[in-house]
Amino acid sequence: MGSLFRSAEMTLCQLFLQSEAAYACVSELGELGLVQFRDLNPDVNAFQRKFVNEVRRCDEMERKLRYLEKEIKKDGIPMLDTGENPEAPQPREMIDLEATFEKLENELREVNQNAEALKRNFLELTELKQILRKTQVFFDEHEGGVNPTESMTRALISEDSIARQGALGPVQLGFPEKSIDPEEFFPCFVAGVILRERIPAFERMLWRACRGNVFLRQAEIETPLEDPSTSDQVFKSVFIIFFQGDQLKTRVKKICEGFRATLYPCPEAPADRREMAMGVMTRIEDLNTVLGQTQDHRHRVLVAAAKNIKNWFVKVRKIKAIYHTLNLFNLDVTQKCLIAECWVPVLDLETIQLALRRGTERSGSSVPPILNRMETCEEPPTYNHTNKFTSAFQALIDSYGVASYREMNPAPYTIITFPFLFAVMFGDMGHGLIMALFGGWMVLKEKQLASKKSDSEIWTIFFGGRYIIFLMGLFSVYTGLIYNDIFSKSVNIFGSKWMVNKNWTFENVRNEESWMLDPAKTYEFEQVPYPIGLDPVWQMAKNKIIFQNAYKMKISIILGVFHMLFGVSMSLWNNLYFKNKLDIICQFVPQVIFLCFLFLYMVLLMFIKWVSYAATNDPGLLKSSPYCAPSILITFINMVLFKPSKVPLGCDDEMFAGQMVIQKLLVVCALICVPWMLLAKPIIIMRNQKKLSYSLSHQQMQSAATENGDASVGATDQQPMQNATQVSAGHGGEDEMTEMFIHQGIHTIEYVLGSVSHTASYLRLWALSLAHAQLSDVLWNMVLSKGLIVEDWRGGVALYVIFTFWACLTVSILVLMEGLSAFLHTLRLHWVEFQSKFYAGLGHAFQPFSFEVILDTASAPVEE
Amino acid sequence: MGASYIPFIVFTTLWAIVGIVLPFVVPKGPNRGIIQVVLMLTAATCWLFWLCCYMAQMNPLIGPKLDRHTIMILAKEWGNSPITLAK
Repeated sequence: MGSLFRSAEMTLCQLFLQSEAAYACVSELGELGLVQFRDLNPDVNAFQRKFVNEVRRCDEMERKLRYLEKEIKKDGIPMLDTGENPEAPQPREMIDLEATFEKLENELREVNQNAEALKRNFLELTELKQILRKTQVFFDEHEGGVNPTESMTRALISEDSIARQGALGPVQLGFPEKSIDPEEFFPCFVAGVILRERIPAFERMLWRACRGNVFLRQAEIETPLEDPSTSDQVFKSVFIIFFQGDQLKTRVKKICEGFRATLYPCPEAPADRREMAMGVMTRIEDLNTVLGQTQDHRHRVLVAAAKNIKNWFVKVRKIKAIYHTLNLFNLDVTQKCLIAECWVPVLDLETIQLALRRGTERSGSSVPPILNRMETCEEPPTYNHTNKFTSAFQALIDSYGVASYREMNPAPYTIITFPFLFAVMFGDMGHGLIMALFGGWMVLKEKQLASKKSDSEIWTIFFGGRYIIFLMGLFSVYTGLIYNDIFSKSVNIFGSKWMVNKNWTFENVRNEESWMLDPAKTYEFEQVPYPIGLDPVWQMAKNKIIFQNAYKMKISIILGVFHMLFGVSMSLWNNLYFKNKLDIICQFVPQVIFLCFLFLYMVLLMFIKWVSYAATNDPGLLKSSPYCAPSILITFINMVLFKPSKVPLGCDDEMFAGQMVIQKLLVVCALICVPWMLLAKPIIIMRNQKKLSYSLSHQQMQSAATENGDASVGATDQQPMQNATQVSAGHGGEDEMTEMFIHQGIHTIEYVLGSVSHTASYLRLWALSLAHAQLSDVLWNMVLSKGLIVEDWRGGVALYVIFTFWACLTVSILVLMEGLSAFLHTLRLHWVEFQSKFYAGLGHAFQPFSFEVILDTASAPVEE
Repeated sequence: MGASYIPFIVFTTLWAIVGIVLPFVVPKGPNRGIIQVVLMLTAATCWLFWLCCYMAQMNPLIGPKLDRHTIMILAKEWGNSPITLAK
């Protein structure tokens, strides 16, 4: 028993483990995940612990695995995830693993290096090939004699050279031109490849540095080339620069270097070029085969690794976790035995013992481990056994504060009250159904969806709260049924109890714009309510909001008061459990009286009003007619202020006989509760302390007297000391007392004012429900109904479009946004209005050493 | 006054079965307590919610105010009053 209603009973244990068996035992405990180890050497630096070396080795292995994983992902090889959970390997297996990883990593690095070198080679050859091909075009053009296209570059060439060119006709650039200047005659061009985006700057630079004495031609390489170091695709251009003279040559070369252009030799004679091109082609082909083989090899290595990588990750992470845990242990003096301290759920002690025995057997040690329960005054951690259904609700509670140890856990009650209060605000069958279907789908497809592990945060939140969403949807359908509201329309299942005559013609209502059906007339109202939910006629009524406000405000308060009373009564169970008799008498009882006598009485008045006032046309029944029906709120305010309520002429000022007297009595009783809550507890504690200290001092005096009698010498030293301790104790006591008074004062004020403000706070149920209903009403009238009034085939088209629009708005605004706001308000009602009545939430959560948790958190960042 | 016994009894027994009878037949297991609480609270909240709605309509102090067109349509569709309005 004790599941979820209170946190599990915990005990602190001491664990003695044989050095050899420690690893295996901790591994077993990690699989179990029921033990929280305490750090026994908190003052020891992380680098000075016993198993630092092993942890480091694990880190190194993990790094290698991550490298492998990165490479695998780069190649897009699917990683086999069988979901199997290998046991933590024996420590001696670690060396094997290390060797495997080392080998793999080295192999891979080598392959990568080779591949890179090959690729660089390949790139160079491709560039050369491109140069040869492109420059061929340039040379051909010049041999042809006419430039078919006047490039930008041409325009940059100085007037002078153009003039010279013009004078000499077509110039075969790159060839000796003896006739002009025999001294400056050199094989004067360079060819190379440069990044395309650098071209404009390159061109400008060349022009400036060489004062326009160079001629640049360029052509783009259409296919992107792969940069071997970064393996990015880059676009490059081939260029060829013509110039004259040695000086210019060095300058051009320097500029090329500066712009990271690669220069390639380019023979002048066309025959040489052709030959070279042929050579390049064959070499490229050779390289391609080698490259293919290298890639194949790499692929094989990676595919082999991909099969095991998840498995290895699990193993390494487990080893690391075990050594981390072993680092928390203390070494005993003999060095033969490790001592651990851990928190353990009492009910699971047996399972833990079993796990330890298994671990010992596995390690082959003969000495069994010893598990000792320890006495401690420390507050044990809070551990709630949750399952997949309850864990989401527990998370809602825990995000407010983890329950104190063995405190009443609100989570089991929240399972229903949360969806219910949500649904009161979200009451609409249609919207509820959408929500329930979504939640139900997530619940049904739970396993498939969970294994997918999406990294979208919003999805994770939705999926985590799938049971909450499902229940919220179901309850919304129910409250929608009661509100008789489905996408802002009503359904007339049982037949409205309000009647309109069949023969009613236009003449009957000609004079009036609208007509109110009279509840007193038996031919307009059947005198019995619609059996389930609101009568559908109200949906069409013009005074719908007036009627619904009265109803919804009342139910908000009714539900609120019951919810708070429930909360207060939970504190009784807490006090009974912790045997806190004083708190029951001095807090619980006055709290209940206060709440019941004021607010539960108000609820009672609401029911009385519903029963005892009815519409009537009989003047004899005037006193119970709507004319005399008092406002509950005004009555309540007058009751607290001790004022008689003002009533219309001819009405009773009391709803029932003796109301005034009873009300006065109730208020007086409630007011008496305030000083009771405020003073009773501190005064009783103070009196008890006085009694205790009196009896103590009495004893001391007696003992002092005997001492005096026996040894008068010793007593003279002791007396001042005793007095001193007594004085200090008295001081401490006084401080404590004032603190207690202040604390109690705050508590009382909080409760008394809280009762009022919390009751009012439950009116949010009404407000949000009204807002939701109105919003969906507006959406229907403003959007969907517009699509319903268009006639013939155009109507179909219009409705198609408008319905899409309406459906999108319904889901996004009414279900998602309104749902979120209702969710937050419900959360507030639970955290503030409900839990403040009994829940301390001062505990700290139990964090067991569990492989499952460690692996989950470790794999999460990789998913990013 | 305005109460009709049949829906009251039917609905109350329905939720009483959920909230009082069913908790006794929950199979034994670690989650028995939770299921019992869930059933009882569901019954209590749903019954209370229905009851409030029912009682609020038992003795209505006002009637629905309908506009002309609505009345005409209602007269055509529902038209269930036993007496012809003499006006």
